[in-house]
Amino acid sequence: MPHLSTYVGLADRSEQILAESFRAVGLGHARAVDVFHTCNLLAEMCDRHRRQLAPIAERYGEDDIEEPERLHADGLAQARDGEIGLLRDLQDLHVLATLVQSTWTVIAQGAQGLRDAELLDVATTANEETSRQLTWLNTRMKVAAPQALIVAP
Amino acid sequence: MVDRINDIWGEGTPHPRGTVWPARVDLHLEEGVAEADVERWVQSACLLCSNGCGCDIAVKDGRMVGVRGRAGDTVNHGRLGPKGLYGSTPWASSSDRLTRPLVRRDGQLVETDWETAMGRIVEVSKGLLAEKGPLSHGFYTSGQLFLEEYYTLAVIGKAGLGTPHMDGNTRLCTATSAAAFKESFGADGQPGSYTDIEHCDAIFLFGHNMPETQTVLWARILDRTRGEDPPRIVCVDPRHTLVAAEAERTGGIHLSPRVGTNLALMNGLTRELFTHGWVDTEWVEEHAIGVDDLRDTVAPYTPEEVERICGVPAADLRQAARIFGESEAVLSTVLQGFYQSHQATAASVAVNNLHLLRGQIGRPGCGVLQMNGQPTAQNNRECGADGDLPGFRNWDNPTHVQQLADLWKVDAMTIPHWAPPTHAMQIMSYAETGSIGFLWISATNPAVSMPESARIRKILAGEQCFVVVQDLFLTETAELADVVLPAAGWGEKTGCFTNVNRTVHLSEQAVEPPDEARSDLDIFLAYADAMKFTNIEGDPLIGWRTSEEAFDAWREATRGRPIDYTGLSYDKLRGPSGIPWPVNDEHPDGTDRLYADGRFPSDTDECETYGHDLLTGGAVTETEHRAMAPAGRAFLKGAAYTPPHEEPSEDYPLRYTTGRTVYQFHTRTKTGRARSLDQAAPDAWVELSPADAAGLGISEGDWVRVESPRGAIEVRARVGTVMAGAVFAPFHYGHWDPHDLAPDAEHRLANELTMTVWDPVSKQPYFKTAACRVTKTRDGDGTSPAPTTAASAPAAPQTAEAPAPPPGGATSSEVLADTPHYALDPSSRRT
Repeated sequence: MPHLSTYVGLADRSEQILAESFRAVGLGHARAVDVFHTCNLLAEMCDRHRRQLAPIAERYGEDDIEEPERLHADGLAQARDGEIGLLRDLQDLHVLATLVQSTWTVIAQGAQGLRDAELLDVATTANEETSRQLTWLNTRMKVAAPQALIVAP
Repeated sequence: MVDRINDIWGEGTPHPRGTVWPARVDLHLEEGVAEADVERWVQSACLLCSNGCGCDIAVKDGRMVGVRGRAGDTVNHGRLGPKGLYGSTPWASSSDRLTRPLVRRDGQLVETDWETAMGRIVEVSKGLLAEKGPLSHGFYTSGQLFLEEYYTLAVIGKAGLGTPHMDGNTRLCTATSAAAFKESFGADGQPGSYTDIEHCDAIFLFGHNMPETQTVLWARILDRTRGEDPPRIVCVDPRHTLVAAEAERTGGIHLSPRVGTNLALMNGLTRELFTHGWVDTEWVEEHAIGVDDLRDTVAPYTPEEVERICGVPAADLRQAARIFGESEAVLSTVLQGFYQSHQATAASVAVNNLHLLRGQIGRPGCGVLQMNGQPTAQNNRECGADGDLPGFRNWDNPTHVQQLADLWKVDAMTIPHWAPPTHAMQIMSYAETGSIGFLWISATNPAVSMPESARIRKILAGEQCFVVVQDLFLTETAELADVVLPAAGWGEKTGCFTNVNRTVHLSEQAVEPPDEARSDLDIFLAYADAMKFTNIEGDPLIGWRTSEEAFDAWREATRGRPIDYTGLSYDKLRGPSGIPWPVNDEHPDGTDRLYADGRFPSDTDECETYGHDLLTGGAVTETEHRAMAPAGRAFLKGAAYTPPHEEPSEDYPLRYTTGRTVYQFHTRTKTGRARSLDQAAPDAWVELSPADAAGLGISEGDWVRVESPRGAIEVRARVGTVMAGAVFAPFHYGHWDPHDLAPDAEHRLANELTMTVWDPVSKQPYFKTAACRVTKTRDGDGTSPAPTTAASAPAAPQTAEAPAPPPGGATSSEVLADTPHYALDPSSRRT
């Protein structure tokens, strides 16, 4: 199943990139303390998904992991400055989290085809939690947007 | 004559379960004034805690000279607490009242006239509006103004300017209460009543030191626990408070979870209800949704796991859960120990969950009192000067926004509703960068009361933001303002306020304000006039001039909402006092309890919010809410425990927590000017457990330095009843010192140490989850200035030689032979 293992690899890698990006944005906007703390909390969520996936990834083999290049996403190595920078960073996180979520959706389909209950369970839980991450990102962007667009220095 | 400094609760009137609370009339007059000298008694209610006790103000020679409880009042049955008795009137004639406006010239605040002061405000306001628009304006108000003033300010802010940046210091005290109600029931509003005290068989106090925060309510509880068929008390608190002592006395239990772990404890209690079959499954099926998710969420929190996280013995948790599970009528009360601590909303919602799971809501004895810290906090929540939309409307619901637009005759686009209202800490952050360039603060003292206070003072003092402060005195905050406006206080103006219990009181003007001081209502009206705010018809936006007209306008804003004032008027409020809303055609005399029919305001078109993820604060969308089809059912919501934001470390090994003392209110603006109260708690202190004190070589009364990563204080130590590993400091003390008696008034501000961090849902700042270290700086020369009468009492009174506080002034207290009839009281009806 070379393509399933590719997607398992993609899930693992993109969760890792998302976790790193959450941490980079959190640290870069530490003055916005809610962003700092929530980003760390959500990064831990990504870590947990990877831990839950690890034994399954082993089962399907790691050798075949080769990401289709088109699906590769760059993480956020560094946060931007100021209120408009925060808005842009949250938006980038949203794009990354969307990639993670659709990856889990695809994996869940594969898990059902294979009748792999364990993988299905991981994919479903991770998918739901990524939804929570997206919800928070949406909420926080809506809060930040007017001031950043209109008044921020 | 009774000394109510030492006898805080006064004479007990124990009575059996299900009978009406007897009446006792408390009276205090200024020294030298006899009852016969009083020229007039003016109807009001006490403003020095959130209880809202009905009282009459004594007037002589144009001055307020004392207070008397109203025997027929539904809230207090005639009683008053020490703050109400001794602190209600002396501030009014204090020689340091603000009597003229001040403006800053060459760095100094100098006296000026109203025209100049308001002219300066309007000039800056108009300039910023033209340059940057309404998002450049912020308002930070209080939990102590009158309903009419909040509503007027809300209309100015939302329909005049159109700014979402409005909040009150209610954010620091009661935001979690409102948030918890909204998440569980769909809208704000206290479901239960104080009459639940007479009917319950168990009372749970979650992070609520009621003997010090609401003394008259605690007297009401003592009259049950000392009477026949008493309820058992369960106390959740890291200090061995008087609540804890009463828990032990009544066969209940005291749980002291580590500071910051409340949610783990609550998840454990919830799990026990499921495990032992104490859930009323039939009721839950019909009246609530989310039970399966909640069961899954709390599943990992076994009593042993809770013990590991919280340090509460598993057997104690089991016993507390059993009391909840086996009682037929439980009353729960919640306050700052939950609201200002980690995962505040989730922990408070968990209290609502316990009641929903047991089907214990809507009938006598089954109350949930998500408390307020301030007397008119409820009005700020209702009227919308804290950022919410007036009348418990949902900013995310276009129909609700249109209702307000129609009422105010403005374009709905003017009313900021594109995102949640900006909360206080975010307003301060915007002011820090100059993103908000105009900040108007009324009747509150953030320079002392907000977390990380040094940062707040820097923001207020900076050039990047123009600051207006209106208050009674030149507070620590007013000292930093660009313009200071002298305000009239309680008894010097007329208006209504609503207590935590939904009970509305009218407070009438008793005397004239000093010199040029004006009511907050008049000040807001003067600003609206000068700014020429108009509606779409070109008429003045604010169509009212008097407080009664403002009340009538507010009444219309509540029509058809769960909070309904349409049946109330000033005339009606002058009758038997203390009427809880809703008051309308259906409930002409008011409503003792909500949700008696098990129907909640959770419907998608009715609710005040679509809700949030309790872990992250992410908002539920309208579509998601509609898909849940709540249709009048309550929500059972849970969240997993996460560790607090700052845990003890090698450098800062102790947990720092703050709170109140019974003798002071807020930053002592009023209580510090009442000699009896000031002498009873004259200076700050810090409490350590005997074990920690011994380990650090600290004895009672020694001077210690308490440091967190953000700041430090130097105060005297009380070796007290706080749990080992925790340190408690009272939050009332800034650098203002009424009698210049404090040896070191510059280094005693508890909020120098607290963190800038808040709850994801309620946005209430956390004052109880910092790490700190304590070092002795020098020997003391006696006991610490901490009071000995309540939770700050020394752990070992015999060795600490702690004296009783000096007595208060003469006070009379008379238990009435015949208890008046209270129209809505279930016990009163029965007899």
